[in-house]
Amino acid sequence: MATFKVNGIEHILDIEPEMPLLWAIRDEIGLTGTKFGCGIASCGACTVHINGKAVRSCVTPVSAVEGQEITTIEGLAVALGGTATSPPGLAAVQQAWIDHQIPQCGYCQSGMIMAVSSFLAENPNPSDAEIDAGITNICRCGSYPRVRKAIHALANA
Amino acid sequence: MKVSRRRFIVSTAVVGGGVLIGYSATRPSRHSRANKELTKGSERFITSFIKIDKENEITIFVPHSEMGQGIHTALSMMAADELDANWEDIKIEQAPAIDLFANGDLVKGFAGEFGVPDALMPLVNMSAFPIAEIMNLQITGGSSSVRYTGETAMRTAGAAARNMLLEAAAIRLSVPIDELTTELSHVNHNASGQSMSYGQLAADAALLEPPKNPTLKDRSQFTIMGRAISRNDIPAKVDGSAMFGIDAHSDDMLFAAIKLAPVFGTKLASVDATEALTLRGVKRVIELEDSFAVVADSYWRAKNALALVDATFEASENDSISSSDIDARFSKELDENNGSKDKEVGDAEAELEVAADILEANYRVPYLAHAAMEPMNCTVHFKGDAAEVWTSTQDALGTAGRVASVAGLPESKVTFHQTYCGGGFGRRVPLLNSNVIDHATLIAMEFDVPVKTIFSREDDMQQDHYRPAVHNNFKAAFDVNNNVTAWHSRFTGPISVPGASHIPYAIENQSIRVVDGKTHVPIGPWRSVDHTQQTFFTESFIDEIANRAGVNPYQFRINLLQAHPRHRKVLEVAAEAAGYGENLQEGHALGIAVQESFGSFVAEIAEVSLNKDNQPVVHKVTCAIDCGWAVNPDIVEAQIESGIIFGLSAAMYGEITIENGRVAQGNFPDYEVVRMASSPKIEVHIVESGGAPGGLGEPATPPIAAAVTNALYILTGQRVRDLPIMNHEFSIGNPVAQV
Repeated sequence: MATFKVNGIEHILDIEPEMPLLWAIRDEIGLTGTKFGCGIASCGACTVHINGKAVRSCVTPVSAVEGQEITTIEGLAVALGGTATSPPGLAAVQQAWIDHQIPQCGYCQSGMIMAVSSFLAENPNPSDAEIDAGITNICRCGSYPRVRKAIHALANA
Repeated sequence: MKVSRRRFIVSTAVVGGGVLIGYSATRPSRHSRANKELTKGSERFITSFIKIDKENEITIFVPHSEMGQGIHTALSMMAADELDANWEDIKIEQAPAIDLFANGDLVKGFAGEFGVPDALMPLVNMSAFPIAEIMNLQITGGSSSVRYTGETAMRTAGAAARNMLLEAAAIRLSVPIDELTTELSHVNHNASGQSMSYGQLAADAALLEPPKNPTLKDRSQFTIMGRAISRNDIPAKVDGSAMFGIDAHSDDMLFAAIKLAPVFGTKLASVDATEALTLRGVKRVIELEDSFAVVADSYWRAKNALALVDATFEASENDSISSSDIDARFSKELDENNGSKDKEVGDAEAELEVAADILEANYRVPYLAHAAMEPMNCTVHFKGDAAEVWTSTQDALGTAGRVASVAGLPESKVTFHQTYCGGGFGRRVPLLNSNVIDHATLIAMEFDVPVKTIFSREDDMQQDHYRPAVHNNFKAAFDVNNNVTAWHSRFTGPISVPGASHIPYAIENQSIRVVDGKTHVPIGPWRSVDHTQQTFFTESFIDEIANRAGVNPYQFRINLLQAHPRHRKVLEVAAEAAGYGENLQEGHALGIAVQESFGSFVAEIAEVSLNKDNQPVVHKVTCAIDCGWAVNPDIVEAQIESGIIFGLSAAMYGEITIENGRVAQGNFPDYEVVRMASSPKIEVHIVESGGAPGGLGEPATPPIAAAVTNALYILTGQRVRDLPIMNHEFSIGNPVAQV
């Protein structure tokens, strides 16, 4: 049995301890906002928060998150609590993604948003070099220039 | 356990082969059919793409796939503007995968209903795909959606609907139609002060005859087109609610992991699945002609079990082929054959005989995978006499037809669920996606519940149809005054986009010919198709010629572009914006390239330096694009940024190599792409020439490779003639003065 919370709801799952958190979230719990991109922690499309910190869920076995609090893109606004702006129910980082018209195909953006949200919590006013080192997710549509602008805008907000 | 093999549909060489059936050129009026099939309550289709209800909600059906290029928004803007709608009243829907919304209709059939304004007919006739091939498809590609569907179908539909609403109002109010005006989804009669919403008029308007040749607006009359309106697909892409093909989900769903023959075109020989079948959740091991699959109650379990299947594939004559063999064959082909004509002007061969000087260079580029972020996948629920399909595709109707054909069902029995595409870049058009669609269908036919087949990243990368590897030999002839007199180009084919290998430069004698480049490696369109490799070749070699002639590469291009003002203009705008010719930061250099593709003209200037480890760093790309006029300038900018970064990934890192007949790379570490740290600043300048709208999804990709390598030449004196750049070592040994 694996027991952990996802977006505040406790799940008790009869699954193998080595099953990656990504597949538990997608196939067992049915939350599809967290994406499969590479399966080897290279692209970051599967990024979720464990106790508020970004991790790549495709290589994180559920045994490693026993009893912990997982946040996915679907629960980010609530987890960040009270930062919701318009439209209702979005965290500031999500609103910035709309304001800067960042997503193109959008497939990597759940992971990108989760990575940036955690990164900004630890680096409230990052330099470009810190952004380069801290955000390593892949976006094949090339949204990087807009992501960088949005990070600076959020830092200055 | 052995499972009987199912019939396997071999990929055909024709786009969408096997699905071009059941199309009738004559049909009931299009919007009356839409009214029968796609409405409820007070909703009425006024024309085929525009549905209005009593409350004045206006739904625009967009017949193209949204892959992030903003097409749902851009095409809706075009229809809404001609309709004089209030943008706030607009709801956007993906048009369903039915023949009513096929491409053939969009360009020809639609013309039959309303008539397309004469000025637009050239666009219809030069559609990106031959009409016969698109009649029963719904292709999104060729940077064509705004150019063709938008300019012909969507704008015409909006204008026609507006006319019908005006006519309905004139009858209702008993006033002459020319006393009526439209604004913000209302018809107004200013003389009497009366106003009616489109919703109040929709039911009457839907019964009227659509006008032939409705008048389209002049640009000065636009109220929606030309504005940087926010994309409608973005909100769902920031909260996890956007549905991609891979997100299809049901409680009884099963999952398939698949192993296809690693050497293209070989067959499965033997399978021992004894151990795999003992794993938890594993339902079946399915054997197909060229592959085997494990079906389980979770993808992860299926994938784990797949690794335990002991299987062999038949030997093939391609088992020993490697990239070096392909390179050697291409070189031999170019040495021994003069190829077939692509373009001949004057007599380049004769000019080379008498030249005072000859410059010769050999260029090559490798195969490339698409590596869209969403790995290929397809979910099929086979119900015996019908099927449902969920997948991300650049061709919904063609994909539905493909499933029908593989499953032996009539097309009318296949229900297709269109989702957002997690990247396309050509990967999700027919033929390129057929291996996942075909296999997913055959696997699902063994079950009575939905089965989701997912290609792992490795499957996706190793079972792609690749951007072709190409070799190009160039010769240029110079006279005694160092003027270039002949351009001589021989490259390995095929030619998929005629004209991509041509140059706009005024060189009197040109001989451009193509030799056979066929190998066992499957190839297909990759963002910007032939322009991606050809622009690297031609824009590098013209730079070499400029340097040999002793002229600044910018001025050299301008001098030879006197007959091409749109090329010249984008070069001038980019050069000025980039500060070309001014003092640059020490150790930096600027490289230039320009290309016309898909109806747009793009110049890019890359600012490059070497870091302390002597690795190239691209700091900034300044781009000027003439795309006629911009339907939505923010979408234009986003597509330019996207196209440059996609092309830069290929230029810097992209390389698929063949070892023992199979692809050597499997995942992102072996096939690196641009990330945040390697992403340059990008500055976009839109040059509005007022010409017909040009394509946007692809034209920014071609110039970037040459822009970067041309800068590296100035910086180091080293000429990069084969990609990717990362295979080269650089040093500031012999810099060339930036003139």
